[in-house]
Amino acid sequence: MDAPAPAAVGSTQGDLHGSAIIAAIKASGIEYILSVPDIVTSAGLLRPISRDADLRLIRVCKEDECVGIAAALSYCDKRALVLIQYTGFLDSINAIRGVGVEYKQPICMMIGLLGHEPERLPTQSGRYGVRIIEPILDAMGIPHDLISQDADVAKIKPAIDKAYAQSLPVAMLIGRRPLPPG
Amino acid sequence: MMKRDECFRILARHVTDEIVVASYSSAAEWNELNPRALNFFSVGAMGLASSHGLGFALGRPDKRVIVLDGDGSLLMNLGSLVTIAAAAPENLVHCVCHNGTYEANGMHPIANPNVDFAAHARAAGYAEAYDFTDLASFEQQIGHVLAQRGPVFATLRVERSKPLTYDYPLLYAADKRKALKAALTAR
Repeated sequence: MDAPAPAAVGSTQGDLHGSAIIAAIKASGIEYILSVPDIVTSAGLLRPISRDADLRLIRVCKEDECVGIAAALSYCDKRALVLIQYTGFLDSINAIRGVGVEYKQPICMMIGLLGHEPERLPTQSGRYGVRIIEPILDAMGIPHDLISQDADVAKIKPAIDKAYAQSLPVAMLIGRRPLPPG
Repeated sequence: MMKRDECFRILARHVTDEIVVASYSSAAEWNELNPRALNFFSVGAMGLASSHGLGFALGRPDKRVIVLDGDGSLLMNLGSLVTIAAAAPENLVHCVCHNGTYEANGMHPIANPNVDFAAHARAAGYAEAYDFTDLASFEQQIGHVLAQRGPVFATLRVERSKPLTYDYPLLYAADKRKALKAALTAR
């Protein structure tokens, strides 16, 4: 279901460093990372997180598990970040709908857009699965930010703080492969 | 086979300050028998009781967490057995009420009513796994089960005690959630 290539846009150009994202995650008070591996965020985020003593990584078998774990942690005043691929987001929509949206729980999702062309906006992607993510989030009333270059990293802490302050889900879409540290 | 309400009455005698996570029919029955602030009812997205249980166990390692899962619910999230075993929370006791049916959805049978959940849990890596079919054994051993270092699993082979009323908005009411959070974050 891939679409013809649309015109490129220039708003998503530039490097994206995993170390900057991880620093923002920590600055947001996140203690737990709940994840199924995603090749978009594998080298730049998940691998360094797996070695980071300040973050506890819980490797789950299927992405909707993250929703229950994160919700329960929030009752204990513990913050969690769900790090998954957009396919896992799509697979978890009922859990996000029920627990996150209808029951108003702070489910913070960092979603890798596998196959997304960083020079385009996600809604203009040639990849059908990528194109539908933002419209689905909009339909569910879930706020979202695109993180495609280092300048976007500043959006992470306010998004997470707002999700916990208002007890609502939020999505941060990773639009290019973050560069690994070092 | 045990009546679920009789089983829960025995369990309730052992519950003090534990967090109890219950799903669907177990939630409706447990709420009738033992309403308390430290109950959490996992309804609204079937299959997540075990994952909620893991989250509570990680978030409050000083408290014991008892999950009263359903067999249909656990079948929707069998991978959580592996996740829980790997995370290895010592304070988690995961029970599944095995009646072989989707009781809240018309009493239709689960895909294989003879599935061995305790064997699944053991193979996934739970520290201990038990299988209870009669009330006398359950009553005799439940104290020991709850005292084990987790994650512990127990299949409770039960049958419906009575037709239940499923008042989901009541089970997941905002005041219940606020009371739970207040109880868990009080210092």
